[in-house]
Amino acid sequence: MIKLEHVSKSYSAGIPALNDVNLEIEDGEFVFVVGDSGSGKSTLIKLLLKELEPTKGYIRINGRKLGDIRHKQVPKFRRNIGVVFQDFRLLEDRNVYDNVAFAQKVVGEPNSRIKRKVPLMLSVVGLAAKYRSYPRQLSGGEQQRVAIARALVNEPSILLADEPTGNLDNNNAWEIMKLLEEINAKGTTVIVVTHNLEIVKVMKKRVITVKKGTIVSDSKQGDVDDED
Amino acid sequence: MRINTFFYAVNQGIKNIWRNKMFSLASTATMAACIFMFGIFYILITNFTASVQSIEEGVSVTVFFEQGITEAQIKNIGDSIDRRVEVSRNEYVSAEEAWEEYKDIYFEGREELAKGFTDNPLANSSHYQVYLNDVSMQKTLVSYLRTIPGVREVKQSAQVANTLTDFNRLLGYVSFGIIFILLCVAVFLISNTVTVGISVRREEIAIMKLIGATDYLVRAPFVVEGVVIGMIGAAIPLVLLYFMYQKIIISIADKFSFIGSLIAFVPVHTVFRVLVPVAVALGAGIGFIGSKLTIRRHLKV
Repeated sequence: MIKLEHVSKSYSAGIPALNDVNLEIEDGEFVFVVGDSGSGKSTLIKLLLKELEPTKGYIRINGRKLGDIRHKQVPKFRRNIGVVFQDFRLLEDRNVYDNVAFAQKVVGEPNSRIKRKVPLMLSVVGLAAKYRSYPRQLSGGEQQRVAIARALVNEPSILLADEPTGNLDNNNAWEIMKLLEEINAKGTTVIVVTHNLEIVKVMKKRVITVKKGTIVSDSKQGDVDDED
Repeated sequence: MRINTFFYAVNQGIKNIWRNKMFSLASTATMAACIFMFGIFYILITNFTASVQSIEEGVSVTVFFEQGITEAQIKNIGDSIDRRVEVSRNEYVSAEEAWEEYKDIYFEGREELAKGFTDNPLANSSHYQVYLNDVSMQKTLVSYLRTIPGVREVKQSAQVANTLTDFNRLLGYVSFGIIFILLCVAVFLISNTVTVGISVRREEIAIMKLIGATDYLVRAPFVVEGVVIGMIGAAIPLVLLYFMYQKIIISIADKFSFIGSLIAFVPVHTVFRVLVPVAVALGAGIGFIGSKLTIRRHLKV
């Protein structure tokens, strides 16, 4: 479970990126976070990853207060959270297999497990046949699938997706969303930050709308507060 | 730390060197130049010290006794000298032995002239010839010898002792100064190489941190990079110096035999028994320090 209690975050300029946010996300939920640029969505993601510390309030993930996690324990904490980005952030000098294996290598998984796990993960995202291709040889949708495979290969309980369809055409965007839905169906909590209201409206998942650092609506039925 | 993590760090460190070929090459070359200079100075100092030691062994202090001194008193003086830490050996030379030695040196080929002396002209010149462990201790010893009752005169070769000691010290200071400057340059260059490596891999490092890589795993490849560059930089000049040293000794012995007779060349294996571990440790140490300093400054994890 993810729980934010009166969370505020201000940067040096003093204007709060998030202001007194209270939020609960149950295990296994699929949640969209929507809002304009600068509304505080990315700050929320960074707080959940413990890249940033809240100025006020507390964040708990799986019962653990993030403020109590010491610097040395952060890597272990992050292994429970997968993350994908709009720009995929793949390593261009490594092929698909190595990009996914990279996530396992950095957490010290044995080679035997990597050799078993990576092809399995690539087949989940539908890229088993392209394991030798380099990122530049793949379409945007395929690159995002590799990024998702990399995020999931260490079996995190939470997947954070920051604008995962932002660089994709409509067809690829839908394919990625279907993939995320499948991943969620297997028990992973999925939080998707997006601008793509069309997808949000169609998928009928929980939607949290953020405006100027404040949650203005939280709809379990997939309703979007898109009035300006 | 898992063994896989360790090998991953080593593997990435070596890959970093390859990815940064030009900078790695520059750092390795500078390191090699530093260690080469270090090796040259070490060899010079080792050989000079060996030569100085052989000269020092011949530097002695002569202790003459007062007139009318008894055999027992002479023996007591000898015992006092033997107990001193500065003394490596002490030889008693009687008046007769002194005269015999004098005749051998100064009347060689003209022995009939010496026969003109019916009495021993050096009758009052029995003495102790005191050899030192270290020439720099001569002043202390002489001061002490002058306080022993029954000692008339103490003769010393202060100039030789002081010159040798001063020259040895000067060579040490100059060598240390030059090596220190070169080592600073090497640390700076390794630091530059690692800085470039960090900026080239910035994206990869960011991803590693988000995936859950430990600080150790993020930093270790850069330390490996520095240490490997340092060790390669040490290995190259060691091989060069090994063959050069052998060639130079042989060449000097062949072409300049008078130098060979003046300098006591230390055997190649004696020099390299110390030089190899010291140079490798120095190379690895500089690599380690250079990369560690850079990581602390440029790699916030």
